[in-house]
Amino acid sequence: MDKFEDIKKILLSAFGEEIILGEDLNCTPKAILIKAHKIDVVCQELFQNKETYFDSLSCLTGIDNGLEKGTMEVVYNLYSIPFEVSLMLKVETDRMKPEIPSVASIWKTANWHEREAYDLLGIHFIGHPDLRRILMPADWEGHPLQKDYEEPLEYRGMETIRREDD
Amino acid sequence: MQKDSQLNSGGVIVSKLEDLTNWARLSSIWPMGFGLACCAIEMMGSMASGYDLDRYGVIPRASPRLSDVMIVAGTVTYKMADRVRRLYEQMSEPRYVISMGSCANCGGPYWEHGYHVVKGVDKIIPVDVYVPGCPPRPEALIGGIIKLREKIDGESLIAPRLLINAMKEKV
Amino acid sequence: MPEIQYKYHKDNLKKSEPNIYNKDNLRSEEMVINIGPQHPSTHGVLRLEVVTDGEIVVDVVPHLGYLHRCFEKHGESVPFNQVIPFVDRLDYVAAMNNEHAYAMGVERMLGIQDQIPKRVEYIRVLVAELNRIASHFVAVGTYGLDIGAVSPFLWLMRDREHILRMLEWVSGARMLYNYIWIGGLYYDLPVGFEERCTEFINYLKPKLVELDNVLINNKIFVDRTANIGVLDRNLAINFGVTGPMLRSTGLKFDLRKVDGYSVYPELDFNIPVGKGEMGQTGDCWDRTWVRVEECKESVKIIEQCLEKLKGDHKRTKEFDPRQIAPKKIRPKAQDLYVRSENPKGEIGFFFRADGRSDIAIRCKARSCCFSNLSILPELSKGYMIADLIAIVGSLDFVLGEVDR
Repeated sequence: MDKFEDIKKILLSAFGEEIILGEDLNCTPKAILIKAHKIDVVCQELFQNKETYFDSLSCLTGIDNGLEKGTMEVVYNLYSIPFEVSLMLKVETDRMKPEIPSVASIWKTANWHEREAYDLLGIHFIGHPDLRRILMPADWEGHPLQKDYEEPLEYRGMETIRREDD
Repeated sequence: MQKDSQLNSGGVIVSKLEDLTNWARLSSIWPMGFGLACCAIEMMGSMASGYDLDRYGVIPRASPRLSDVMIVAGTVTYKMADRVRRLYEQMSEPRYVISMGSCANCGGPYWEHGYHVVKGVDKIIPVDVYVPGCPPRPEALIGGIIKLREKIDGESLIAPRLLINAMKEKV
Repeated sequence: MPEIQYKYHKDNLKKSEPNIYNKDNLRSEEMVINIGPQHPSTHGVLRLEVVTDGEIVVDVVPHLGYLHRCFEKHGESVPFNQVIPFVDRLDYVAAMNNEHAYAMGVERMLGIQDQIPKRVEYIRVLVAELNRIASHFVAVGTYGLDIGAVSPFLWLMRDREHILRMLEWVSGARMLYNYIWIGGLYYDLPVGFEERCTEFINYLKPKLVELDNVLINNKIFVDRTANIGVLDRNLAINFGVTGPMLRSTGLKFDLRKVDGYSVYPELDFNIPVGKGEMGQTGDCWDRTWVRVEECKESVKIIEQCLEKLKGDHKRTKEFDPRQIAPKKIRPKAQDLYVRSENPKGEIGFFFRADGRSDIAIRCKARSCCFSNLSILPELSKGYMIADLIAIVGSLDFVLGEVDR
């Protein structure tokens, strides 16, 4: 509880009120909501500040919130090995044209995680050194984990749906 | 080799040429173990000490050019499908395919929501023996190899396999 | 006979996974070698595009996705308790550890993590540690096979068969168990299991000493793996490397001690850390040595669990492992990230539930092998091709988890 308030104070004093959009205490670990186009600056501060020193990015998740809400989210799970503190950062962006600055220059593990989020959801990361598909074939059309994704009927001639009499 | 006969005065065995070549082929099936996923670990386990496959004459070979059978062990995805086809075409005749595990048979547990999984490797290459299981026990794989041996035993040298199949279809 | 539907075109392979290096960005003395998705090493379908200057490696580009089996789509379409077989198939050599992490996560979301009976927790730790030993046996055995040592592979497979037989006695399957359910277990341990397990542990202890003598301290193995692929600690943390690879660089970080989940705080075990005995700290030999030492620590943990299961938490007639397993799993709306110590590193699951359905909105698996594999280009620059094979073997990845 204390550590979370300290981290919020550090971020507020460094960036001011308009960057921090809110907090979500229902999550495990607790989450801070950040404005989308400033996430790389916030992460740089959390990485370098001697009192927080979040030196490892555990997980980077892309979430599609569906057609009604019209947003896509990216959730960052940070962990600090010397202080043993976990933190969650959430960023929201528009669903039609999702663009978020990349944190691959801060944590090198984000390189492949962001490529996977681009591949499966279509989120563009600005400033990423090499954004291309990593899991799906390079000539696949569409981003499979979007909520309104429809499978193509065939790929290289093979039917994608298993027939009833098979 | 039922029609052999042994002459009383010496050690001479009379047999058909077909039976001899079939016996030679089925006793030394060399697979190119194409281990893709979990079934690959069971295939490795069946080739190791506990369920030794070497006593059946089965030695795993690395390259497709010098192997007889391709054991497709694991899930085939769309990205992998092109490579499976290329490896199958590199094998020289007579060649056989054993489809091991439910993912290679029909798509397996990923049949419903798997957008990247080929629903059965028989959409890409012709399969001779299907071994069910998820993953199949080593005994099941040995059973599959024995069934393949029975299939090879019934082959004929007179006409190639494809012609026989084509003639069967017309009839 | 079903019909073949595949349509052939000569550009199919180039279109589906193009090479990064082609004649525009290669110098004239460099060449591209393709260690393709099918290769005689036993790690699975990984494609490496290796750019070499003669025999020295200049760059390595890993190409993934040949085993992408859409786990996250299944996590969004299938109820929580039915995802357990898919979780098994992520890291298929250590299936119990994956199930343990997933079950812990859903139990925390439901709020029942304190009500799990102690006997269930001890059985979970017991099977997870048995599976840890089995996973390390596969890792060290196939690493020896890549290096050229065939006997340790056969001996370790023989010992692994004993473990698989015991786990088959417990759960019904040799490799992909579906045993650790949300809120409990599928069945209790069979009668007589504790005695057989104790026999097995007493059989295994001299075998681990033998493994040390035959493989780990063998001069050929040391010459082949010492001072190769040295991993720097800060680089490892930045790349998200966890597990035995991080511990071999000298950092004492094990989630079983740091997080203290399940009943690990009540058990007494050490954490082996790489010291650089045969070469530099963090080289391939250190990584293999850490794995063998972890097997010995797991043996200690299993002995303590068996004592507790025979003593304080004995089996009784009324014990039902599915007692508090809920019939309908409908957690409240929340986001949760849970992590646990897989034999290969930190496996984590990120859940998002919306409180209205028993299917997760998002279920992402943070896989340890994905981050461990991303450090391969950094580790292998400047070494020869044969050393590249030694480095790839020491990373110990399983493609089912990298591609999910």
